[in-house]
Amino acid sequence: MAGRQDFGDRSARAVLLRREEGVRSPFVPILLGDCAPPRYLWRVTEQPRLAEQNAAVHLPEPFLRWFSQKGWSPRAHQIELLATAQAGQSVLLIAPTGAGKTLAGFLPSLTELAGRPRKKPGQARRGIHTLYISPLKALAVDIERNLGKPVEEIGLPITIETRTGDTPAHKRQRQKLAPPDILLTTPEQLALLIAAPDARRFFEDLHYVVLDELHSLVTSKRGHLLSLGLARLRSFVPGLQTIGLSATVAEPDELRRWLVSQNPPGGMAELIVVTGGAKPEISILDSEERVPWAGHSARYATPEIYSEIKRHKTTLLFVNTRSQAELLFQELWRVNEDTLPIALHHGSLDVAQRRRVEKAMGENALRAIVATSTLDLGIDWGDVDLVVHVGAPKGASRLAQRIGRANHRMDEPSKAILIPANRFEVLECRAALDANYLGAQDTPPLVNGGLDVLAQHVLGCACGAPFHANALFEEVRAAAPYAELDRPTFDRVIDFVATGGYALKNYERYARIRLNKDGLWRVSNPRVAQQYRLNVGTIIEVPALNVRYIKAGSKGSASRGGRVLGKIEEAFLETLTHGDTFMFAGKVLRFEGIRENECFVSNAPGSDAKVPYYGGGKFPLSTYLAEQVRIMLDDPQRWKKLPEQVADWLRFQADKSVLPKRDDLLIETFPRGNRHYLVAYPFEGRLAHQTLGMLLTRRLDRAGARPLGFVATDYALAIWSLADMGWMFRAKKPSLSELFDQDMLGDDLEAWLAGSWLLKRTFRNCALISGLIEKRHPGQEKSGRQVTVSTDLIYDVLRSHEPDHILLQATRADAATGLLDVSRLAEMLSRIQGRIVHKNLEQISPLAVPIMLEIGKMPVHGEADDTLLMDAATLVEEAMGTK
Amino acid sequence: MTRALAMPAPLADADFIGIAGERAICDRRGVLYFPELKLLAVSDLHLEKGSSLARRGTLIPPYDTGATLLRLQAVISDYQPAIVMSLGDSFHDGGGAARMHSSFRERLEGLMVGREWFWVAGNHDPDAPADLPGETVRELAIGSLLFRHEPSAVRVEGEIAGHLHPCARIVQRGRSVRRRCFAGDGGRMIMPAFGAYTGSLNVLDRAYAGLFRRETLMAYMLGTERIFAISRSMLRPG
Repeated sequence: MAGRQDFGDRSARAVLLRREEGVRSPFVPILLGDCAPPRYLWRVTEQPRLAEQNAAVHLPEPFLRWFSQKGWSPRAHQIELLATAQAGQSVLLIAPTGAGKTLAGFLPSLTELAGRPRKKPGQARRGIHTLYISPLKALAVDIERNLGKPVEEIGLPITIETRTGDTPAHKRQRQKLAPPDILLTTPEQLALLIAAPDARRFFEDLHYVVLDELHSLVTSKRGHLLSLGLARLRSFVPGLQTIGLSATVAEPDELRRWLVSQNPPGGMAELIVVTGGAKPEISILDSEERVPWAGHSARYATPEIYSEIKRHKTTLLFVNTRSQAELLFQELWRVNEDTLPIALHHGSLDVAQRRRVEKAMGENALRAIVATSTLDLGIDWGDVDLVVHVGAPKGASRLAQRIGRANHRMDEPSKAILIPANRFEVLECRAALDANYLGAQDTPPLVNGGLDVLAQHVLGCACGAPFHANALFEEVRAAAPYAELDRPTFDRVIDFVATGGYALKNYERYARIRLNKDGLWRVSNPRVAQQYRLNVGTIIEVPALNVRYIKAGSKGSASRGGRVLGKIEEAFLETLTHGDTFMFAGKVLRFEGIRENECFVSNAPGSDAKVPYYGGGKFPLSTYLAEQVRIMLDDPQRWKKLPEQVADWLRFQADKSVLPKRDDLLIETFPRGNRHYLVAYPFEGRLAHQTLGMLLTRRLDRAGARPLGFVATDYALAIWSLADMGWMFRAKKPSLSELFDQDMLGDDLEAWLAGSWLLKRTFRNCALISGLIEKRHPGQEKSGRQVTVSTDLIYDVLRSHEPDHILLQATRADAATGLLDVSRLAEMLSRIQGRIVHKNLEQISPLAVPIMLEIGKMPVHGEADDTLLMDAATLVEEAMGTK
Repeated sequence: MTRALAMPAPLADADFIGIAGERAICDRRGVLYFPELKLLAVSDLHLEKGSSLARRGTLIPPYDTGATLLRLQAVISDYQPAIVMSLGDSFHDGGGAARMHSSFRERLEGLMVGREWFWVAGNHDPDAPADLPGETVRELAIGSLLFRHEPSAVRVEGEIAGHLHPCARIVQRGRSVRRRCFAGDGGRMIMPAFGAYTGSLNVLDRAYAGLFRRETLMAYMLGTERIFAISRSMLRPG
């Protein structure tokens, strides 16, 4: 293979640029597939001003030679981006994978550096010219390799280096003294660099910041931290230009604002959009087998998936969670009669193991890889010719991104098969599929920057150099997520960083930063900066233990030498006893015990193994897709596209109960056993349903319905009680509209949240990110439980003594958008006002079957820990009674 | 020899148990009350732990002392003991009493009025707390009971100690529940830590090795409304 597609294009030679020949219409966008280009692109295309500007594009001779030697020509968007950058503008490039985004992003730097006069001996050192920031370490390493090649072939005198957490100390030291021209790094490393005393000098020669996979960075707290870092860089180098590279997003303007200073607000980076890619061929598996009512394993489809793997060169199998990945991998090997090389890849596996899989994939040595979101981002490996998506994709954009993995050339169609795991997922897959054809996008909207992240940044700034509050406030407001930050809040954040920000002023003498007479804030001692460096970043690791092999039955200490398979969350391991078996790293393992930070396991035969659960990693159904599912339910015409057994199911529902109209909320009540059930179908995703379930059970309890518990799925919510809720609603005691009144988001939410573990977990993250407490580091963890202060205890104390503390404010804001999805619930409650349809039934409806099957399989909420203690204590009492 | 006896359910707030022949109430809030002696025992208050950590740069909320004293106030007003025994590590460090905010000091002194108050010396606070009433002792024997901070390695019947911050963990229906607990075998008792910021150590940890008779060890786990007596066979490490 003559190089990677990222750096040019062998097939589409629509554009040939020769300056001496003049420009042959480089603005005809390469539109592949049959999508019409968006209107803004037409505008760009037809503007003569831009065409003139383009004529002035300077692509140096060595580059032209290189392109023609390769038999390639620069693509229109690459040239356009170069022109925009050369005109001094920041720019956002939105393009599908395989469009040569990376080369486009670096072209301005490479051309500028190529034209730079050589450094004379004795001349002062030159600082970093271009900073490249990516969300993944692996991506930075990948880019170093891929960028190094053309740089070498063109013969450019440019140095390129990476700086990540893995970079050895001596190399980092050397980079400070002799910086490379292009530095490839991550948001955390940038935060560390700007917190160093020599930061201003280190970045004084910076021209460009290239931000890769921007769409995935901006939605998290890492994005908040990065935006603040960028604002800092802009204050070092006012003329700094940014180049954002992104996959397609719903609201490009949000990213355009993100890339430039928002103080004063409103500025936007230029936009270049490359549409299309060939239209993917996506199908939904129309299984011979019966599609299950509930569950997520898609086990029924294993033989059909296997035969697809056999028919293709390399198949990439995406699942939504690590548990599903383990399960699917086991299932495939059970039917793998030809012993095809099928591998497993997810974030909990040991790094070495993952690298081996990635390497094998790059060498095309694998026939299939079962993977989670760790492979979502822009790393392209090998010749994947089929993507299988097991389980519903939960979002149309995510589906598009994952399908982009197949056939990583934008001008050839990708091939994908969706495997719904249950009947609701059939609907969801259908909706996602239609959405993909329509080019719909449902990336989440950006949220305001976290105050915990701001606190970390403020301390970082102080570690770098003394700051003036006024100046820093103006600087911070230039970062898009903090554009609306008000001064009093900013001052409270500074107060928090200094002394904890408590109403009880008890810690003045322990302040971390102090306001000096000159009006500048300074760190009070060097230890503060040391602590900061150890705690930088916004990625909070869930407590996890290494999983290490030993021989069955041997005592852990006797055989320390076994291989580490990866990490599993402590919370899961705590539920195991010696001898339990579970699936991990594609193996069935026996739990032998825990010693310090390690969990010892041995090989176990047998199939009745548990599947570890993982916190997070499970995406809720997107708002957009949820709406599509509701529309589909409301339109029997569209059922024709569904598999017969699923369409039958819906017809049966129309017969026995009713199908919810597009904007209605259907509530069914029915008795079953000696319980009464309420099933609601909001289709708003698991998190919002969970919150709704908590709030409704509180209200039902007050109304005397005696609710016992509830379960929530992405589609529905079921509550069961001792009292007849159907009768209560008809007697308007309470009425359903009262029950679902929006005011539940007021006091009820507050009251419930106060003691909720959800809020405690969120608080822990805020406490760690804001620097209130220190992260646990490997090696220092064994200080013993009774010495460390758990954040749960801190939370309880702070909430009862200072409920308005800024960290609790940050926690509530986080929970509302994150684990609770309150904003979505609020939208739903306002949408359904006056549109609640109640069906009081004699028995369970067809639509209710899936969620009723989840009862017993999923953790039941509302069951207090004390109930479990009671069970255990009762057992003891019984045992003692028989003595 | 006495055995730990779980009283038949249902019990309300408290659970009577026997320690070396003395009857005691194991209160779910983490204190022991001996009605015959009118004695309340509490352990490991760790007052001023917040400010102790703040000195080293971890600025956790300065309200732990206030929170701990409020809870102590509640149990004292419920039982109205004649004697209060604070079983050591009452302050997180030797300077704790001096650092205490004046409002908290006043609250603490208020609690001490009209009763005998013993500060048992702990490893965190070996000396008498600065400018506070009460008597500081290394250990104290009353009747068949012996109150001290660290449990002795040699078995002592009737010993009531703290220091280890016991907690216990059970797994029921695939879920794990960890709570602070009293740990006792009928002969001796280790009390849970009472302080708002105190962590805990599982009773199955090596630190407890040899302290209890295995067969009669019970963990009295603190529930939100009552104590749960759990036998050793149900307990999980970690």
